[in-house]
Amino acid sequence: MSAPTTVVSADRPVVSADAGATADRDELLAHFDAIVAEGGMIEPRDWMPDGYRRMLIRQIAQHAHSEIIGMQPEGAWLTRAPSLHRKSVLIAKVQDEAGHGLYLYSAAETLGVDRADLLDALHRGQQRASATFNHPALTWADTGTIAWLTDGAAVINQAPLCRTSYGPYARAMRRVCQEEAFHVRQGYDLMRALCEGTPAQKAMAQDAVDRWWLPAVALMFGPPDTEAGGTDARTAALGAAVSRRAMAWGIKRHTNDELRQRFVDQCVPQAERLGLTLPDPAIRWNEERGHYDFTPVGWDTYREALGDDTHWARQRTAHRRAAHEDGAWVREAAAAYAARENENENENVVEVAAENAAENAVVDARQREEEVS
Amino acid sequence: MSRHREGASASWEVFLRARRGLAHQHVGSVRAADPDTALALARDLYVRRGDPLSLWVVRSEAVHTASPDERDPYFAGAHHRPYRYPEHFAPLTASTGPTEKGADGAHVE
Repeated sequence: MSAPTTVVSADRPVVSADAGATADRDELLAHFDAIVAEGGMIEPRDWMPDGYRRMLIRQIAQHAHSEIIGMQPEGAWLTRAPSLHRKSVLIAKVQDEAGHGLYLYSAAETLGVDRADLLDALHRGQQRASATFNHPALTWADTGTIAWLTDGAAVINQAPLCRTSYGPYARAMRRVCQEEAFHVRQGYDLMRALCEGTPAQKAMAQDAVDRWWLPAVALMFGPPDTEAGGTDARTAALGAAVSRRAMAWGIKRHTNDELRQRFVDQCVPQAERLGLTLPDPAIRWNEERGHYDFTPVGWDTYREALGDDTHWARQRTAHRRAAHEDGAWVREAAAAYAARENENENENVVEVAAENAAENAVVDARQREEEVS
Repeated sequence: MSRHREGASASWEVFLRARRGLAHQHVGSVRAADPDTALALARDLYVRRGDPLSLWVVRSEAVHTASPDERDPYFAGAHHRPYRYPEHFAPLTASTGPTEKGADGAHVE
C-alpha cells in the first residue's frame, strides 16, 4: 500500500489492500451494525460500508458548503450595519460561519476526501449549498431574520447531529451548536430592537419575515419525507427511503418533517412575543396533535423556482469562486514562504551554533575576568 | 487524492488545552504551508471563545497510529488477565472465610 502524497488527516481511514473475503465483510458489517445499534460512535479508522461513507461525505460537504455560502447574504451588510455594536456582532457571527465550514471540512477529511476537491466540486456546481441562501438579503432586517429563523432552524437540525453516529461529525456539530445559540439570540435581539422602533422599522422587520419564513421552513429541513409534509405519495416514499437509511445508520435521528414541525412550534410563540406575523394564515394550535398546524410546503412550485440556474444561485457560486481565485496569490506567497523557511533551516542550524559558541566565549571570558579580580 | 495541486497546503492536527488542569485535546485540523500560519489559523478557528491556555499544531503526516482492528495483540485489554483489575480481589470490607474467588493463585474467569 503506497501512502498518498497529500496527507488529508492524521485520523485518516484505513485503506485495505483488497475488499477481502465475503465472510470477512459480513463480520465487519455485523461489528459496524452492532456499534451503531447500541448508539456508539464510528471513528475514522473503523471499517464502514461504502454507502455510509458516501452519505456522510455528501451530507458533511453540503453542510460545509452551506456554512460558507451562507456568509454571503449577511456579509453583504457588514459595511452598512447601523451601529458599531451591531457591526461587531455581525462580524463575529459571519466569522463563526466561516469557522463552522472549516470544522466540517476538517471532519470530512477524516473520511479520506480532500477539502480542496470538495471546494472544486462546489465551484464547478457538482456539489451544492442549501438553496436557502440563494435568496438576497434586501434590508438590514434580513440579517436579523436570517439569524433568528434560518439559524434557529439550523439549531433544530443540528442539535440531534451532536449525537450522529460518526465521531468527527458529532464533535464538529457540538462546537457548531455552542456558537449557534449566540447567532439566534443576537438575531432575535436585532428583531426586537426593530419591533420596538419606529413604524417603518417594524414594517421592515415584518417584510423580512414575510420573505424568509418559507425558505426557512422549506429549505432548511430538506425535502418532505412523509405525506403529511405536503407532497405526493411517491415523493414522500422516496424521501422516506433516504431518511430511513440515514436513520438506520444513525446519521440522522429524526425525519425532515418531524424537525420542520418542531421549528414551527418553536417560532410561533417567539413571533407572537415580537409582535410579528408569520406569513401563513393556516398556522393554528392543534390541541389534538399538540402541535401547530401550518400550510404544507408547495414543493413543485418551489423546486422550479429554485433551480440551480437562478440569478442568485449563480451569483453565490460566482462570488465564492472569485474569492477563491482572488486569494490565489496569498496561497502562493504562503507556499513560497514555507519553501524558503525549509531551505534556510540548515543554514540556521549552523548560524545558531556559531552564535552560541560566540556567546559562550564571551561568558567564559567574563567569568575568567571575575575570577581574576 | 494523491494528485499535487496548486496551493494544496499541508494538513496540521490541532490540540488545545482548553483550560487549566486539562491535557491538550485533539480538536480538528487546519491547512497551512508553515507552522506559524498553522498556529494562527488554529487560533482563529478553535479559540474564538473561552479561556484557552495553549495550542499545539502537529503535521498530520507526523502522527503514527495503531488501532485495535489492525493490531489486535496491542490492545488485548488484558481481559484475560483479570488479576490486573481490583474487582478480581476480595473487597476491603470482606472478613475471613470462604469467598467466591478461587483458591490462592488460581485465575478465575
